Amino acid sequence: MLSNFDFNVILSSLPYLFGQGMVFTVTLTAMAAVGGVVIGTLLAMARLSSVPGLSHVAKGYVELCRSLPLVLVIFWFYFLVPYIGAYVTGASTPIQVGAFPSALITFMAFEAAYFSEIMRAGIQSIPKGQTGAALALGMNYWQTMANVVLPQAFRNMLPLLLTQTVVLFQDTSLVYVLSLTDFMGAASKVAQRDGRLVEMYIFAAIVYFVICFTASFLVRRLQRRVAIIR
Amino acid sequence: MNYNWNWRIFFDASPEGNGTYLDMLLSGLMWTIATALCSWFIAFFLGSLIGVLRTLPSKTANGIGTAYVELFRNVPLLVQMFLWYFVLPEVVPTQLGDAIKQMPDAPFYTAVVCLGFFTASRVAEQVRAGIQSLPRGQGMAGTAMGFTVYQTYRYVLLPNAYRIILPPMTSEFLNNLKNTSVALTIGLLELTARARSMQEFSFQVFEAFTAATLLYVIINLVVVTAATYLERAVAIPGQR
Repeated sequence: MLSNFDFNVILSSLPYLFGQGMVFTVTLTAMAAVGGVVIGTLLAMARLSSVPGLSHVAKGYVELCRSLPLVLVIFWFYFLVPYIGAYVTGASTPIQVGAFPSALITFMAFEAAYFSEIMRAGIQSIPKGQTGAALALGMNYWQTMANVVLPQAFRNMLPLLLTQTVVLFQDTSLVYVLSLTDFMGAASKVAQRDGRLVEMYIFAAIVYFVICFTASFLVRRLQRRVAIIR
Repeated sequence: MNYNWNWRIFFDASPEGNGTYLDMLLSGLMWTIATALCSWFIAFFLGSLIGVLRTLPSKTANGIGTAYVELFRNVPLLVQMFLWYFVLPEVVPTQLGDAIKQMPDAPFYTAVVCLGFFTASRVAEQVRAGIQSLPRGQGMAGTAMGFTVYQTYRYVLLPNAYRIILPPMTSEFLNNLKNTSVALTIGLLELTARARSMQEFSFQVFEAFTAATLLYVIINLVVVTAATYLERAVAIPGQR
């Protein structure tokens, strides 16, 4: 029962939970979101390009990522990244990659698939006439994208990109399966050390709820503000 | 690169002593499918109920629906899994808690309930969107025919709404299926967990994960194909 609910175990572990755990979670989320959006935009451009084969490769990658559970992908990259690293650097044995870089690469590559679907919709929402006008002015493909299409696509899709980032923030808790010390990992380590699972998991749930609820609320407000009235 | 590929590993006996590694992965697949189907059953009915609550004119019903969706959407699935598995048996009366802890296959039942409640919040959003996308006249027509609110939903609004939201519901079903892998953290021996233990026993990392990947892709294709047929089968003749 909740009669012996111990607040002290939460209070005394606060510096560890936030100083280490939350910093890890937020850093991972922010970097993975930025990387994911960049790779996702490139994937979306590849998928919409007329270069033979390129759109199929991009489509295949996105569909594959979207049909796999994140936990499996985390395991995949955890074992694959050392081999990729060895291949890139030309080393003969798998190289050691820290836990954080490994997790970061995983989330960037995985979330890029989801971000690319959002960016694809964003690029397609820009009328064809604008691209045509830019090309008629003598801009090349990259100039058209950078100066005309993408700035508008980002603006239109900003609420969706941020919503996906909130999902990403929740998903980072799954690095628990690699025993990393993100916020959830820190909470569960304290919980197991002190035998205080009830207190720590309820506290973790409340913290996640408050952060995600506030973030979703702010995104909804932003959505009203940035919406372009046509 | 010096990785030793050995694709015949699947036919080697697994150290658990009851079959090959392939049998191990397939048993994981069965648990994944069983968990996904059972939790979808809860998610579909509970989600429909919550979704309907959010479209009713009553403020209380609306509030309950919104609170449910916000609560279950803003807490990570992993945390919810731990709350159901570790916290729930401790906060209910001692006898009931002990009974839950001694239940055989506890991870399975916990995962089913947890995923059911989690996915219900997503299903609810789809159902609400589907109902709200219908012309207002449909509900009014139901009332004009003398239907009660229940009858209006049962015979007019829901049959139409479900047909509209079939594609997003398919992806929710697939999300639910993929989310079963989170249950490995509470000890459910589903497909990803089995691939992981095969990797630990045999050290053939990439073979194990490739097999799991292929199995997930195959289930995805089967579900998407089935959904396409379902969509065609339930389409109202003459519409679109």
